[in-house]
Amino acid sequence: MSPNETSRPRTLFEKIWFRHAIRTREDGATLLSIDRHLIHDGSRAAFQFLAERGLPLRRPDRTFGTPDHYVPTASRDLSRAEPHRREMVEDLQKNARAAGVTLFDLGDARQGIVHVVGPEQGISQPGMVIVCGDSHTATHGALGALAFGIGASEVSHVMATQTLWQAKPKTMRISIEGRLGKGVTAKDVILAIIAKIGAAGGTGHVIEYAGSAIRSLGIEGRLTICNMSIEAGARAGMVAPDDTTIEYLAGRPYAPKGANWDKAVAYWRSLPSDEGAVFDREVVLDAAEIAPMVTWGTSPEDAAPITGRVPDPAAAPSAERREGMERALAYMGLTPGMPLSEVAVDRVFIGSCTNSRIADLRAAAKIVAGRRAVVPAMVVPGSGLVKAQAEAEGLDRIFRDAGFEWRDAGCSMCVGMNGDLVAAGERCASTSNRNFVGRQGKGARTHLLSPIMAAAAAVTGRFTDVRRLMGDA
Amino acid sequence: MEKFERLEAVAAPLAMLNVDTDQITPARFLWRPRRDGYARILFHDLRFNDDGSEKPEFVLNRPEYRQARILVAGRNFGCGSSREHAVWALHDYGFRAVIAPSFGDIFFNNSFKHGLLPVVLPEARVGTILDALQRSPGARMSVDLEAQRVVGPDGVTDTFAIDPFRKRLLLEGLDDVGFTLSCQDEIAAFERAYEREFPWI
Ligand code: SF4
Repeated sequence: MSPNETSRPRTLFEKIWFRHAIRTREDGATLLSIDRHLIHDGSRAAFQFLAERGLPLRRPDRTFGTPDHYVPTASRDLSRAEPHRREMVEDLQKNARAAGVTLFDLGDARQGIVHVVGPEQGISQPGMVIVCGDSHTATHGALGALAFGIGASEVSHVMATQTLWQAKPKTMRISIEGRLGKGVTAKDVILAIIAKIGAAGGTGHVIEYAGSAIRSLGIEGRLTICNMSIEAGARAGMVAPDDTTIEYLAGRPYAPKGANWDKAVAYWRSLPSDEGAVFDREVVLDAAEIAPMVTWGTSPEDAAPITGRVPDPAAAPSAERREGMERALAYMGLTPGMPLSEVAVDRVFIGSCTNSRIADLRAAAKIVAGRRAVVPAMVVPGSGLVKAQAEAEGLDRIFRDAGFEWRDAGCSMCVGMNGDLVAAGERCASTSNRNFVGRQGKGARTHLLSPIMAAAAAVTGRFTDVRRLMGDA
Repeated sequence: MEKFERLEAVAAPLAMLNVDTDQITPARFLWRPRRDGYARILFHDLRFNDDGSEKPEFVLNRPEYRQARILVAGRNFGCGSSREHAVWALHDYGFRAVIAPSFGDIFFNNSFKHGLLPVVLPEARVGTILDALQRSPGARMSVDLEAQRVVGPDGVTDTFAIDPFRKRLLLEGLDDVGFTLSCQDEIAAFERAYEREFPWI
C-alpha cells in the first residue's frame, strides 16, 4: 500500500478489508483472515472435505455452530424427525464436538437460526470479517462487519486455514434519507431497494446502507435490511457502527468485557466511512416515498407497494422480461391489473433470519392483538432466547389467542427443509427473504412482506394495507 | 480438483433470467450425500413431472440437447442460496461451462471448485447466442480457457475476462487449500500481530 492509499478517505468496507489482508497477490487475489466462522446443520459436506484431506479445523475458538435448517419446530424432539433430517443435526453435533467448536445445540435456549444467534450472542461484532456457508450471512453486516456467504468448498478452506482468497469487490452506497412513514418497516425499505436496483443490481458489490432513515433504525431493522443484500445480488451489506450498535452489544455474552470493551469501542468508533470516501456506485432513495410492500412474482425484485396492482407483462421493457413475468404470474396464479389488496392468501408465516427477532414479533403482535387469524398462520421465533423473551412479554398468548401456531426456533417454512412446507398451489404471505419457485415447497406461491403486513394478511385473509389496521399513534 | 482447459460441445439455451439455485437443486434433495450423484436432481422440477416422467418441453429433455456440455443462460444465473449442490448437479449431469451475462457471486465462486467454468459475456451477445441456439438446435460452441475465448454457434469469437489466480487453478486442476497451507507461517504471523492489536477477538 502506498502512503497515498493510507491517507486518502476510506470506506467502512475498505478499512475492514485492508485490516484483514494477509497478502495480496499481483493478480489481485487477497488472502483474508477470518474472525468468525459460523456453521450450521448444512455444513456436513465441508466437514467431509476436511476429513477426506485429513486436515484439522484450524481455529475452533473462532468457529460457532447451531442447527437451524433441519430442526423440528413443532417440538424439540429430534427422535421423531425423519432419519435423513435427524442425521443432519446429529452430524453437526458429532462434527462440532470432535473439532472442539462451540455449539448452541437443540435443547439449548441459545439455539436458533445462525444469523439470529450470532448478533444475539455478541459473537458478531463491528470490524470483523465473518463468513458462513449460507448466503444470508450478510445479515451480520448490520453491526458494521464485513460478512458474506460462501459455498461448501470455501467453508472447508476456512476450516482448514481460517482464511479465504477473495477478489476485492466494488462498493456501493445506498442512502435512504428522510423519515419512514407509518407502517413502513425495514423490510419495506429493502424490498423497495431491490425493486429499484434489481435482483442483480448489486452483483460484485458490497453495499453500505446509509442515510438518516438507516441511522434511525434499531439493530434489528438493520439486520433485516442487510439480510436481503444477497437478494439484490450483493456479496455483503453493511451499516456503520454507531451508538445504537454499541448499546446493542454491551453486555452480550460474547462481547468484549472490561478494558477490552473500552479498547473495542474506541476501535469501532474509527470504522465509519471517512468524509469524502468514494464508492463505485451511489444510489439514493427518499424514505417518504416507500410504502408497505408485497411481492407478486418469483424474484424478490418483483415487489410493489400494497396500494399497487399486479403488473402487466405487456408493458415489460424487453421480450425476455415479458416472458419471465408471464411465467411468474402463471406460477403465482395472478392476473395482470388485479389490485394487490384483493389477493386472498391461504397461509401466513412469520419467521426466518429476515424477520424473527423480538422487535418483529412485538410489532406483529400489536396488529394481531384483539383480532383473529382467518387463515392458518404460524410464528417461528428466530432463537430460543427470542421465544423466551416473547413469552415473558406475553406475545405468545396474543398469537395463540388469535389462532396462530407458536413454534420452536429454526428456519422452518422459509425453506421447508425440516418438513414445514407450503402445499402446492397454496398462497403464503411470508416474512422470509425468497419467493423463488418452489422455495417453500413444490408449487408453493410465496409473497414476501413485513411482519406487520403478514399479521394484517393473517387477520383479514388477504393482502391488506396494514396502515388501515393501525391506530393514529 | 477437476481441470478445465478447452471444450467444444453442444450448447443448450436456457433463456431465463434469475435462475436461482433453488431451481437448479430444490431444497428437499440437499441432504443427499455428494457421492450419490446429483445428475438426476439438476433442474428437477423444471425437468420432471410429479410421476417422474420427463417434461418434453424443457430444453434439456429435447433430443438435440442430450449431449449438451455448455449451458447458455440469462442474467443473474445461480443467484440465491449458497448451496454448492447446484454446481455438483450441473457437473454431474455433464456441464463443464455456463455462459451468462452475470452470475450469483457465490455460485460463481463455487463453480471453480468443481471444474465448471462460468463465463461472463455482454448481455446483448448472450441474447444473440441464445437466439442462434434456438434457431439451430444442437449447435456447438467452444470455450478455450487458456486463450479466454468463446466461439459462438454463429462462428463469432468473443473474449472473456477471468481472474488469473482462478484461471491457473482451473487450468492445472489445483485446489487452493493446498496453496494456502503453504502460506501457514505467514498466516500464523499475521494472527499473532492481529491478536495483539485486537485481544478481544
Ligand atoms: S431462515 Fe431461511 S434464509 Fe435464513 S438461514 Fe434459514 S433457510 Fe436460510
